[in-house]
Amino acid sequence: MALTGLQIYKLLPQTNCKECGYPTCLAFAMKLAAKQAELADCPYVSEEAKAQLAAAAAPPVRLVTVEGPGHKIEVGNETVLFRHEKTFFHQPGLFVRVKDTTPVAEIKAAVEAAMGYAVEYVGMSLHLDGVAVEAASGDAATFKAAVAAVLEVTDRALILMAADAALLETGLSATNGTRPLLYAATAENWEPVAALAKAKNSPLVVRADSLDEMAELTEKIKGAGVQDMVLDPAVRGLADTLVTLTQLRRLALKKNFRPLGFPLITFPGEVAEDLLDEAAFASQHIAKYGGFIVLDRFTPASAYALLALRANIYTNPQEPIKVQPGIYEINDPKPASPLMVTTNFSITYFSVANEVDGSGVPGWLLVADAEGMSVLTAWAAGKFDAERIAKAVKSTGIEDKISHKKLVIPGHVSVLLGELEEELPGWEILVGPREAVDLAGFLKLWNA
Amino acid sequence: MTVEIPVEKWSGKVIEVALGATAEEGGTRTHAVTVGGQTTLPFLHFEGAIPYPPRIAIEISDQRPGDWSPLLLEAWGDVVKDPAAWAKAAEEAGAELILLQLSLTKDGDTPVTVADAQAVTRQVLDATGLPLIVFGPGQVDADNELLVAVAEEASGERLLLGICEEKNYRTIVAAALAHNHLVTARTAMDVNLAKQLNILISDMGLPLNRIVMDPTSAALGYGMEYGYSVMERLRIAALQGDKMTQLPMLVTVGYEAWRQKESKVGVGVPEAWGEWEERAILWETLTTTTLIESGADIVIMRHPEAVRRARVFIDRLMGK
Repeated sequence: MALTGLQIYKLLPQTNCKECGYPTCLAFAMKLAAKQAELADCPYVSEEAKAQLAAAAAPPVRLVTVEGPGHKIEVGNETVLFRHEKTFFHQPGLFVRVKDTTPVAEIKAAVEAAMGYAVEYVGMSLHLDGVAVEAASGDAATFKAAVAAVLEVTDRALILMAADAALLETGLSATNGTRPLLYAATAENWEPVAALAKAKNSPLVVRADSLDEMAELTEKIKGAGVQDMVLDPAVRGLADTLVTLTQLRRLALKKNFRPLGFPLITFPGEVAEDLLDEAAFASQHIAKYGGFIVLDRFTPASAYALLALRANIYTNPQEPIKVQPGIYEINDPKPASPLMVTTNFSITYFSVANEVDGSGVPGWLLVADAEGMSVLTAWAAGKFDAERIAKAVKSTGIEDKISHKKLVIPGHVSVLLGELEEELPGWEILVGPREAVDLAGFLKLWNA
Repeated sequence: MTVEIPVEKWSGKVIEVALGATAEEGGTRTHAVTVGGQTTLPFLHFEGAIPYPPRIAIEISDQRPGDWSPLLLEAWGDVVKDPAAWAKAAEEAGAELILLQLSLTKDGDTPVTVADAQAVTRQVLDATGLPLIVFGPGQVDADNELLVAVAEEASGERLLLGICEEKNYRTIVAAALAHNHLVTARTAMDVNLAKQLNILISDMGLPLNRIVMDPTSAALGYGMEYGYSVMERLRIAALQGDKMTQLPMLVTVGYEAWRQKESKVGVGVPEAWGEWEERAILWETLTTTTLIESGADIVIMRHPEAVRRARVFIDRLMGK
């Protein structure tokens, strides 16, 4: 939790020597609190004060990085319980688990399917983040072969899952040049497992059956020199997971409780009955505080739904997603097809585009730059007025693509009709429906 | 090491709203369905009371819905032509409430009349003992005309009538007042607009325990997160003691999920979208599960398989 200027001031020498460039230690402290100055600018600060300030500045949920040969994922550094309070920063990693008891050819096929998967959503290409390889066989050579097989077909991040340090070390030996997440240190095996994680600089999952035991264990492992931890509180049910993950996030954020200030890992497939059930569990973990989510089942449909959900929940509520202004062609429009204009707020755009698409009527959709606001909001704020709409018409070259000069405006801004006719001489301005949902009917009439 | 679990001490409580009236209460329902009463955030049983689970309503229509996905029509089969049979099928599929959606027209373009609306309401009331939600067609004049008639026909049944919006609520609220019904109040994903409409409606004399809020939902991938966060904010405000936010919340997840391309159509979509039926059921299910965890008290759904999934999800969250 960040310290206030006064709290920082108490840790400074309080000599007002001015060597930091500020007139007083208090002024310097205030700048430090506002993150506008660096502690290193004070030549006289004590080591103890440095340590205290560094500890206070550390994020309440540690940022943990897991790296594969070609991809890395960062999880943690979250600062709020609810996305509306600011935003959620680091999307949970979505991993797919394979077990080394499965034949190598099947492992490879499963990994290729899941890691080769990509889907377009709101102009982004979404994909899963990596593979968890579990040493279900308990045999070192089998595990090593499985890890090697996975890395032959993907360069994404890995989680290595095994019961003891020796198995984990063998698995690690097949992952040269990467930084997998190791699963898991427990009360029984933590000493050798932590020693391995420290030696290989690997992030480490800590599993314990209660938060009390978990906090003791992370402190011991921290004492053994491992900083990057991920927590598995060993709950699997829907209600228990929600409660426990909420408590962990609260402890980290509200109590600044360092021993539990780490990202969380979940295994929705372990108690789910089938694919859809697992997706329902995973939907909870995406919204409520999962950091790494290890799936046991993969299909394109489930991956798409979960990736879209993750993108939605981790959208910054302060910055609505916008689409690129410009011309969007829907249903393969012809020069005579209708031209409609709307704003570049993503929901507005998708509502309108979806309705035009669903109507089956070919059309040109002109998306004006309204700074990511919906039609009414943008109009009220002067970001979707006649001038802006006219500019969009002229700047996009739409006139060269269509054989008519008719522009449909949203019914909510019918008041712009007169002004638009002035801004766009020779154009006929038509008032469309107020809501996107009525577009299909409108377009069918317009076409007739 | 003993870890002290942070517990929020909320001062507020969600108002309990009972839908449907039994014979003793002046109606004909076999039982009432109550929502609300929470004194903590969704399913955090360790720090407060969650007396009632979220309730699943299944949407049926007075006419065979012409614009529904073939998957939905296939799932329900012939009953979509018969509201009474459909209501029974919905009850068997796990509905705790039935939403009867009235249409603007029948057989092409003949307007649905007051007599039609009353008749179909009566048929559905006779077919099922579940409490009923009735939504007008969504056009001001038709809504007012039909809902007033439905309110009279089902006088005393404690129907949930909708949809009240800021531009049109007076007539519907008056009908609810006159015939002992409830109303649903819809606003566009905004905490203050929701409060304002609740105030306007309660100023007409309708007690708060006869109002359900619809903060407007959107489907997964289509702005669901906006509704999600507004619902979280409304519920937090309610628990902090802000009276005009303490109403239970209703979301129209079936309508929202099934009008999106992901659910609606199986051809002409990207290969990465996967198998159609699986995707469509996932779309409705995950829209529902996510909004349930942000505070939805009533989820109005469409597909029987998504309903079954939501039922299991709710039971688990309630510790069953």
